[in-house]
Amino acid sequence: MNRATRDPFGETLARLGKTDERIVVLDADLSESTRSAKFAEACPERFFEMGIQEANMISTAAGLASTGKIAFCCSFSCFITSRFDQIKVSVAYNNARVTIVGTHAGCGVGPDGYTQMALEDVAMLRTLPNLAVLQPADDLETTQIVEYLIGQHDGPAFLRLTRQKVPRVHHENYRFAYGRADRLREGSDLAIIGTGATVHAALAAASRLGDEGISASVTNIHTISPLDQDAIGQLAAETGKLMTVEDHSVIGGLGGAVCEALAATHPAMCHRVGLREFGESGSPEELFAKHHLDAEGVYREAKSFLERLG
Amino acid sequence: MGSDKATDRERLVAQLEAKAPRYRVDILEMLCEAESGHPGGSLSAIDLVSAIYHYKLRHRPDDPLWADRDRFIMSKGHGVPAQYAVMSDLGYFERDKLWTLRKLGSPLQGHPCTHWLAGIDASTGSLGQGLSVAQGVGIGLRLSRSKAHVYCLMGDGETQEGQVWEAAMSMAKYRVDNVTVILDYNKAQIDGLTRDVMDIEPLADKWRAFGWHVQTIDGHDYRQILAALDQAAAVQGQPSYIIAHTIKGKGVSFMEQNPVSWHGVSPNREDTDRAIAEIRKRAGIDAKEAVR
Ligand SMILES: Cc1ncc(C[n+]2csc(CCOP(=O)(O)OP(=O)(O)O)c2C)c(N)n1
Repeated sequence: MNRATRDPFGETLARLGKTDERIVVLDADLSESTRSAKFAEACPERFFEMGIQEANMISTAAGLASTGKIAFCCSFSCFITSRFDQIKVSVAYNNARVTIVGTHAGCGVGPDGYTQMALEDVAMLRTLPNLAVLQPADDLETTQIVEYLIGQHDGPAFLRLTRQKVPRVHHENYRFAYGRADRLREGSDLAIIGTGATVHAALAAASRLGDEGISASVTNIHTISPLDQDAIGQLAAETGKLMTVEDHSVIGGLGGAVCEALAATHPAMCHRVGLREFGESGSPEELFAKHHLDAEGVYREAKSFLERLG
Repeated sequence: MGSDKATDRERLVAQLEAKAPRYRVDILEMLCEAESGHPGGSLSAIDLVSAIYHYKLRHRPDDPLWADRDRFIMSKGHGVPAQYAVMSDLGYFERDKLWTLRKLGSPLQGHPCTHWLAGIDASTGSLGQGLSVAQGVGIGLRLSRSKAHVYCLMGDGETQEGQVWEAAMSMAKYRVDNVTVILDYNKAQIDGLTRDVMDIEPLADKWRAFGWHVQTIDGHDYRQILAALDQAAAVQGQPSYIIAHTIKGKGVSFMEQNPVSWHGVSPNREDTDRAIAEIRKRAGIDAKEAVR
């Protein structure tokens, strides 16, 4: 099952919106692309087309939330998370029940190039103490995260979604648990930690390493903030060698979060795979290959990391 | 004298009119080859971009960073195929480069970028920023005692961004009269027609109220474009705004009829051939002559 995570997002929002009148959705001239149009079709009276006005949209959503609504603001992640001050003050500092939905995350955007790619969004939003940073790895997880945000989560959140299709990595009976690392494969030589669109590549690489007698575990981090510190500590204790893989800058995202956790309690070597430069135009596949985010790249990064450590 | 000027002007209009269908064909071929991109807003902008480059811009394609050059800022960055088509014709880069648009390693990035392509005066692609950049360039040139002028091309949907109105206010305060804004007013954006998504009217009144010199023209009529550019350059003490009424997808009837659907979808080979045939037929170019 290959699906872009924005698809189950829109479908779940539309399904729940029909019965939960607290839900309101705002978009900034990208409703087809973000899939919020599905909600607009189902609940037109609770959908707000704000035009190309991301800042206005975000603060408006915070106001809506203060009247008991559960608000979702949608755009490409680059355009919405760059309105950081509105997210910081209107949303986070009011502890508003607003989810910032950023689709088209990372270099997976492809030919549009750097200005349409969010490569810094996790780094920025992770600094807000009460704002949950969530990134699903596949369609199943996306649906459950949206259900969780509406059913249980009482505060601000950032939901990071892909434009491109990603293969399913979970079984049908998978259960999402907020704030808990999701261990997908056991291993004792190396711990690979992925999030979002890179998780399936991490699994494929681990399986290839396994064929060569290298035992690599794979953990999916869907909740980047607050990070499951205990799970990171345990991975460090098990292997002493961790490798993060994300479609994001190597600075401040999953890799940064894992290194912070390690430095605080479980010093261990950690190698960060991700972008080290601006993004650029190219096909998603070419860009994933260039930045070693595909199965081949993750495999090679793991090998060279282990060789370096001897 | 006066009549010589008039003949020169007519000659230029004829040249621009001859170039227009060729640029349109190049835009379509580029986007078809790239398998992504924005045809509607490139085709609505091309006559404006072409007129600015050929009539107004003091620039040196072989010395693109010449300090005293006039600047062109494509604030609606997704419309950059129009700019690439003109730049290649002017010799900024080899024509073959056009077919690398949006491909890995190409200087022709999906949205314009200063460090990928010399001759691009501002990296854009996040809407609403270009006008403020143009303001900074305008003030900077003035401080440097340069006579250079700045042209900034914007979109109507883009005009919804709050930052545009911040620039509108500050540019009047600083009397940035060496910047001319041209609005590619094609009335459509992504989620629908601009008046339905978030109406920006009454537009001329708004800009006038902010202290700008405002003109309204047909953005596909070269005589009107040239006259408006002249008038804008002559304005002193005020920034200048040209509302150019345009048609999204101009020149390709199936795009003109469906402007919203053709915002960000590239034409496939069949669409492209159909579109090019129509453009050539209208312009009376036969297919053999068109292959340059
Ligand atoms: C800040 C920002 N928000 C959203 C987008 C996505 N986007 C690209 S083009 C576009 C519509 C632009 O409409 P308009 O300015 O009218 O351009 P045109 O119709 O001339 O193509 C949008 C919303 C963007 N590039 N930047």
